[in-house]
Amino acid sequence: MNLDYLWHGFAVALTGQNLLVGLIGCFIGTLVGALPAIGPINGIALLLPIAYSMGLPAESTMILLSAIYCGAEYGGRISSILLNVPGDAGAVMTALDGYPMARQGRAGEALTLSGISSFVGGILGSIGLALFAPVLASLAIGFGPAEYFVLMVFAFATLGSMVGNQPVKTLIGCTLGLMLATVGLDATSGAYRFTFNQPELGDGIEFVVLVIGLFSISEALVILEHQGRGFTVIRELGRMTVRAADVARCTGTMLRSSVIGFVVGVLPGTGASVSSAIAYTTEKRLSDTEDTFGKGDVRGLAAPEAANNATACGAFVPMLTLGIPGSGTTAVMLGALMLYNIQPGPMLLTERPEIVGGLVASLFIGNFLLLLLNLPLVNIFARVLTVPNWLLVPGILVLSIVGVYSSHASVFAIFLMFGIGMAGWLLRKAGFDMAPIILGFVLGHVMEINLRNALAISGGELSILFSSAICIVLWVMAAAVAVLPTILSWRSRRLKVARTARMAATDG
Amino acid sequence: MIRFLTKMVAAAALVAVAAGGTALAQPAKPECLAGAKPGGGFDLTCRLAANALLATKQISQPMAVTYMEGGVGAVAYNHVIAKRAKDGNLITAASSGSALLIAQGKFGQYDENAVRWLGALGADYGVLVVNADSPYKTLKDLVEAYKADPSSFAIAGGGAVGSQDWMKASLLAKAAGQEPKKMHYAALEGGGAVLTALEGGHVQVGSGDAAEMVKHHVAGKVRILAVMAPQRLTGALADVPTAHEQGFDIDWPIWRGYYVGKDVSDADFDWWVKAFEAASKTPEFAKEREERGLFEFTMIGKPFDERVKADVARFKQLAKDAGM
Repeated sequence: MNLDYLWHGFAVALTGQNLLVGLIGCFIGTLVGALPAIGPINGIALLLPIAYSMGLPAESTMILLSAIYCGAEYGGRISSILLNVPGDAGAVMTALDGYPMARQGRAGEALTLSGISSFVGGILGSIGLALFAPVLASLAIGFGPAEYFVLMVFAFATLGSMVGNQPVKTLIGCTLGLMLATVGLDATSGAYRFTFNQPELGDGIEFVVLVIGLFSISEALVILEHQGRGFTVIRELGRMTVRAADVARCTGTMLRSSVIGFVVGVLPGTGASVSSAIAYTTEKRLSDTEDTFGKGDVRGLAAPEAANNATACGAFVPMLTLGIPGSGTTAVMLGALMLYNIQPGPMLLTERPEIVGGLVASLFIGNFLLLLLNLPLVNIFARVLTVPNWLLVPGILVLSIVGVYSSHASVFAIFLMFGIGMAGWLLRKAGFDMAPIILGFVLGHVMEINLRNALAISGGELSILFSSAICIVLWVMAAAVAVLPTILSWRSRRLKVARTARMAATDG
Repeated sequence: MIRFLTKMVAAAALVAVAAGGTALAQPAKPECLAGAKPGGGFDLTCRLAANALLATKQISQPMAVTYMEGGVGAVAYNHVIAKRAKDGNLITAASSGSALLIAQGKFGQYDENAVRWLGALGADYGVLVVNADSPYKTLKDLVEAYKADPSSFAIAGGGAVGSQDWMKASLLAKAAGQEPKKMHYAALEGGGAVLTALEGGHVQVGSGDAAEMVKHHVAGKVRILAVMAPQRLTGALADVPTAHEQGFDIDWPIWRGYYVGKDVSDADFDWWVKAFEAASKTPEFAKEREERGLFEFTMIGKPFDERVKADVARFKQLAKDAGM
């Protein structure tokens, strides 16, 4: 296997500038992860335009953003453990066992152990990415418009079945994203759609505007709304070292969860919230013999943390090789590449190896930096949890406005951002998640263009969508992920019924 | 970017010392507006003017390049007309693609008479490419095969139906006596995607520009069948025959030029014309142009103005012929 790109990438990532950029990214990432209000997608959405207008080269920007992404997956555990409020979506499950540990006075241990799990997940995920990316990239040349279209069908199928516990709202969110994607110049016919004769809308709704509006502005509004709702931060961290026995107990958990996390990350459309939930429930099913999960079991803490970090790495695989996002955050990073006029896709690895290699190499370096940042310095980040909202909210708003204006130099874009932010806030109040909207927007755009191009190539014959082996495999996979969860939930319900029946029998 | 600016400032300081303020009516703050993101064709066009004018000492201060993306230059066009019609400091990048969009009414309510066309400093040329293992060796082979079975050919271009790449493909269809509207045309995102689709065997013919295809042609991954230029191109494509040589009257230059606002004074306009003319005759300019992969195409002042208007009229006719 040819790993030249990776060695070349280390040369890129180890330059002074990129190391510094990576370190800054890791620091900011841990910070945004630790703050319950903002997650990786907000951090990246806010910093992307700033990095771009600072004139950083494309590979440095990608290193910065990926460091933030991974850093946030590390940082998210801090507020889960100390506050019982997940710092980001991937850390929801971390709170289940982390917070009980903290209440038992083992907060320091929990932070250290989860830091180590994050590191294991991150490193294994990076190895997976480094090995898997060239393989997929070599397959990717076989992806024509028809194959891409079926791949998108598969992505939507995974989304519908796996994201969240509110499938209908996920579906509506996706549809909203699809609708937003139709605004602007139609790439096939060259007609303007839904632009209301505004030249500013000619290229559609700009990605940065949509992301910052949906995530940052709506977030600022949500924080304002919950003003005054207090949290109790656990301040007694206790001992900061871990017991060797705990690490030994978690080793299997970490390895299994890393693999689960990576695989889920590679699937387009799903993210850390899904993988950490799967890893946690799998681990509970496998090893919860004494019913200690949820009461401060170290394995329940290690599983989601290893998984969410591996997912962050896995999500880069489809992004770097096929040009489609593996998660909401990588969707934003794709937008970053396009901001630099770099067309993501199968040719990226051959044409811009410094970007792909630099990014992958920086993940390895970044994980070491993050381990260093997160073990001895965890106290500093824990203190961040007390940042007052009167500082946070204006900060987010200023960064949003500066960010949008600096990348598009248009006042119209700022108003559009605020409009989208208001709409996003209302949707969040109604219980919608923002990530499906972004994924619908990005995937929908790719899906529409490729369907139309496939049909243009075949002259309108639908058979082209079933013509290649790749297509058929993808159709089967799409059908499987759409149907399997239903079967599984039916089976588990039946098992549960059987078990209660058995228990009733033994009781009687 | 920062390094580039520093270099420009340093060069400017040198020039200022050496020349000590030369020409009359020189714009105080020369600026070139690129109607797209940094890195695209308009950016390249602006950089050509900025570097060439500075290198040939026509301007004593570096020319700032600013960006205003939207509608492939439409936002910039409307901005110049509405807000900066009198600004003698400002030139804006344009290409034959802009003329095509104007012809199709896609630049808003304004037509080609709403600005003053200053000049073009270089051109690229349309090409038709096939995969390296394609059985078609000449344009004639391809036209014959297309004539025999048009529905078995999928053609990819880096633009929508009606774009320059589509127009080039439609000339192929017309040469084969087929209706352009019935082409199996896939609108991909830029020349890179066209190359991927060709190399993956998803389409049989690609329509694009010489500069973006030349590297892959030299590397033996694709074959350029014809360049749509009046005579053979220089450099790596010297061995590729023109469409004319192969008996087809197909011509597609993609010029890269500039316009200024409609109300810019004649004095300012003439200054730009003289500066362009003087710069374009120097070897430094030829070097700058070649570095950007552009071929010679210098047309300044009145002839360029006439050319743009003739192009718009021709594109209107072409679009009508193609049944758009």
